[in-house]
Amino acid sequence: MAVLELSLLMHVKLFSKDLALINDNTVLRFLGKNGSDVNNEKDSAAENQENGRGADKERKRAKPRTRRGHARGRARHGGEEDGDDEDGTRRAGQRRQRNRRGRGRAGGNEGSDSEGDPTKARKNQANQKSKEDDEQEEDEKGGKSGKGKNEKKQDKKADKKGTKEKANKKKKDKKKSGSGSDSDSEEEPITEEELAKLKEEVEEKKKLIATLRNKPWKMKKKLSVLKEAQLFVEKFEGALGKGKGKKFYAYKVMMTKKWMKFQRDFENFKTACIPWEMKIKEIESHFGSSVASYFIFLRWMYGINMILFGLTFGLVMVPEALMGKPYGSLPRKTVPRAEEATAMNFATLWDFSGFAQYSVLFYGYYNNQRTIGWLKFRMPLSYFLVGVGTIGYSFMIVIRTMARNANEEGGGDDTSFNFSWKMFTSWDYLIGNPETADNKFASITTSFKEAIVEEQESRKEENIHLTRFLRVLANFLALCTLAGSGYLIFFVVRRSQKFALEGLENYGWWERNEVNMVMSLLGMFCPTLFDVISSLENYHPRIALRWQLGRIFALFLGNLYTFIIALMDEINLKLEEEKIVKYNMTIWEASLYNGTIPENSTAPPIQVDPADVPRGPCWETMVGQEFVRLTVSDTMTTYITILIGDFLRAVFVRFFNYCWCWDLEYGFPSYSEFDISGNVLGLIFNQGMIWMGSFYAPCLPAINVFRLHTSMYLQCWAVMCCNVPQERVFKASRSNNFYMAMLLFILFLSTLPAVYTIVSIPPSFDCGPFSGKTRMFEVISETLEHDFPSWFGKVFGYASNPGLILPFILLMVLSIYYLNATSKSYKEANLELKKKLQTSRRKQKKK
Amino acid sequence: MQDLPKVWAEERIARSSLGKKSFGPWDAVLTQQILCRLLTGHSSSSPALTRVCTTDPILQEQSVPARIPTGSSSPRPCAPRLHGRYHEMAPNVVPMDYTKDPDVKLPMQLIINMPELKENPFKERIVESFSEDGEGSLSFNDFVDMFSVLSEMAPRELKAIYAFKIYDFNTDNFICKADLEKTLNKLTREELTAEEITLVCEKVIEEADMDGDGKLGFADFENMISKAPDFLSTFHIRI
Repeated sequence: MAVLELSLLMHVKLFSKDLALINDNTVLRFLGKNGSDVNNEKDSAAENQENGRGADKERKRAKPRTRRGHARGRARHGGEEDGDDEDGTRRAGQRRQRNRRGRGRAGGNEGSDSEGDPTKARKNQANQKSKEDDEQEEDEKGGKSGKGKNEKKQDKKADKKGTKEKANKKKKDKKKSGSGSDSDSEEEPITEEELAKLKEEVEEKKKLIATLRNKPWKMKKKLSVLKEAQLFVEKFEGALGKGKGKKFYAYKVMMTKKWMKFQRDFENFKTACIPWEMKIKEIESHFGSSVASYFIFLRWMYGINMILFGLTFGLVMVPEALMGKPYGSLPRKTVPRAEEATAMNFATLWDFSGFAQYSVLFYGYYNNQRTIGWLKFRMPLSYFLVGVGTIGYSFMIVIRTMARNANEEGGGDDTSFNFSWKMFTSWDYLIGNPETADNKFASITTSFKEAIVEEQESRKEENIHLTRFLRVLANFLALCTLAGSGYLIFFVVRRSQKFALEGLENYGWWERNEVNMVMSLLGMFCPTLFDVISSLENYHPRIALRWQLGRIFALFLGNLYTFIIALMDEINLKLEEEKIVKYNMTIWEASLYNGTIPENSTAPPIQVDPADVPRGPCWETMVGQEFVRLTVSDTMTTYITILIGDFLRAVFVRFFNYCWCWDLEYGFPSYSEFDISGNVLGLIFNQGMIWMGSFYAPCLPAINVFRLHTSMYLQCWAVMCCNVPQERVFKASRSNNFYMAMLLFILFLSTLPAVYTIVSIPPSFDCGPFSGKTRMFEVISETLEHDFPSWFGKVFGYASNPGLILPFILLMVLSIYYLNATSKSYKEANLELKKKLQTSRRKQKKK
Repeated sequence: MQDLPKVWAEERIARSSLGKKSFGPWDAVLTQQILCRLLTGHSSSSPALTRVCTTDPILQEQSVPARIPTGSSSPRPCAPRLHGRYHEMAPNVVPMDYTKDPDVKLPMQLIINMPELKENPFKERIVESFSEDGEGSLSFNDFVDMFSVLSEMAPRELKAIYAFKIYDFNTDNFICKADLEKTLNKLTREELTAEEITLVCEKVIEEADMDGDGKLGFADFENMISKAPDFLSTFHIRI
């Protein structure tokens, strides 16, 4: 406070000096008159002004005496002043005075030739005059409005340059006062120099006005100071011809204001556009940032899937539905005769066969026509590019997000004032809604708790050897569990293959569903086991979560592996079947031509109802269906688990607590906690399924968008209504890079089978956009051949030469290596700098 | 031909003699004008107010002086909203016409019930630190002062000064441990345990105390708050 008052005092002092100097062009007078002001620090600026005014008056009286040379002119002025005094209101007086001044100036100009004024001054005066005239006109037009404009305009100068120049100002004033007295004594009218100084003066006052708001004064003081400054500026600004661009200036100010408002509104709009922001914030305030990080991840995933959905829907499904051949025109677009009866049953549709199978939802429905519709839409090409684009886009977005997150993590993570900032800046003064306030209180408490956990964790000192031993032991146990479950899966899969070879009909329900059951049981019990194991390790909960995630991830990979193996087996079976069907087809066709093998292929094909045509197994559609079914059943399982495991349990605990022998809420069943690791992994694996399957089932992204959308609402509700926060609420790491890394890994794993099937398995002969080709990617070379000029094909051929591609890959690897090295060195430099900062801070503290 | 300084001198003198008449501390017109400017930050922040305030400024300016001779405090577009808020808290006490009545104060109880302040855990402290007597009763001047500091346009330094005042519960110009504990209790609705509170307070002092006197002076506070990323965005009220 002492500092404050001192600065305040300085302001007042300086200001009073300025004032006196300006008002009273002699230094002597200033000293004599304002000595008391300077001594009396408590004098408000208002009083200062009074003094100044007093000085003015005195001067008025004194001047004629001291400077005889001007006696005549001054006397005339004096007369005018008297007239002004008689005038009732100040403003009116001023206006008149201005008018008069204008007139007087006109007269003066006429007389100036005879008096022989310096030409410079004349010029100035001429300028002045024109301005005065303008003002006069305004005055005549708008009565007193002109003045008001002036005043207002000055205030709107919203320069934020502060009042640093106070000190300079003082000096200038002194100089100025000297020159002013000189000019007075030499009987010289205003010079350019003086004008410039005055201008400066006015500018400074304006600055004062603009920055007045920033001063920690009481309102009264502000008022008086402002008033003074305004008067000064108003008085001289007109004379200096500053009032010219008024309208433009006002317009500019208005526009800046509007622009600012627009920007703020736009910000608000943008925030309002972020979906589920409020929900997530609410959850974060009650459950901590770690639970919120799951929902943020879910939202991010939703965004990705929206784009994937847009790609497949806009470029594949809609064009086919609008421009492709209608349902029933081709065998591949028709439900076969044998299935027609049950094609519309709900059970069939729920299983994604029947009509669902023979629709745009699946690969098999698309025709291999090169172009469709009047737009000549290249359907097969589009299909292929969308499939590749989906994967490419996913890679790009995941890696980009990871890079951005890493940046955030590396950059300004300044925790030096962690607690202080939490203490002093966490309350949002804008909050005016009781509910929001409750949330905010909860979130502040949570964030404090998080910070306390971190702090305690860093303070904790324990027996390092014991912890190390326990951690090694825990990892060993976890590895054993993983290995055991891996072997179990392997064993079960092998056994099931044996069963399949011998024919499943001979076995019971358990043998048929052994693989699935073992997988689900493992998925159910292993995470709990890992949980128990991780309690040995005594990690910080955030790190413990990572370990948990990693272990469950490894477990789930087994799941994925068996699924893919099973699928590959099935594909191989279908391929075998296809060969047989192909052979049968030729026989069937032959039978159509009355047993004669069609040597004359020019004969028109005999019309058969497309439902009756025999067809291949179309393994692509089968794969797509598998993935869709898997996704749907996965979704259902998640929802049912939430409803039973969370909701029913919560209901039970809540209501049976009244009539139970022990405390259910704090005792055994208790409410469930939100299982972050399980949910995150579920999400990630689900996304892997989408990436793998979306090439064969274009509807998969749509289904996933729906799933994510509903699960957002359901899980938000479930968390808020049936879960309790973890015992140790911990802060999520700011970037979700751990989740992202897993996602990237899964993305990689899921592209492998998709790319493998695209590249090395021949497409079915009678379904899908690539039927009739030996490999799917041939659509590219076909397009190059037909739609591009021949030279382009040649260039492409040269470019795809291994001789060019290998060096290119080498170059890329080298550049990656280089970039990696540089980024490492930057990181080190960063760390070094941080350390330096910290040490300097510590030194400062010691001082 | 007269030289300009002389002309200005005349003018000045004339003004000074005339000006006195309308230069009381509660010159209604002046107040309005000044408030309007001081509160530009506020004026544009509230949608309702912006509608009034961002009408053509030229028109506004012209309309203002026209009202002056009437001497009434018929409000200028910006200030009146604030005055309206002040007035509506106690319509019987606060006059609409400020030309002669300089000394009206509203007690803290009324002010902390404003919806803008109601939920704020520091509402009492805010009001106290802006009241001239330190007791919490605000004159209209103080009231305007408060919202001008809490406006969006107020600079960081000014906000820091008043934030320091607000968090300094016992007004000894230092934020000591007791102040921190009070702040923390208000922030968390006393949901932390005693150990946690002491831990946090110790940490805060450890972090921000530069001169090592075990409490935060204004310099410490300003240093800390000047680096805070969201101080400016949270320490303001829209009215």
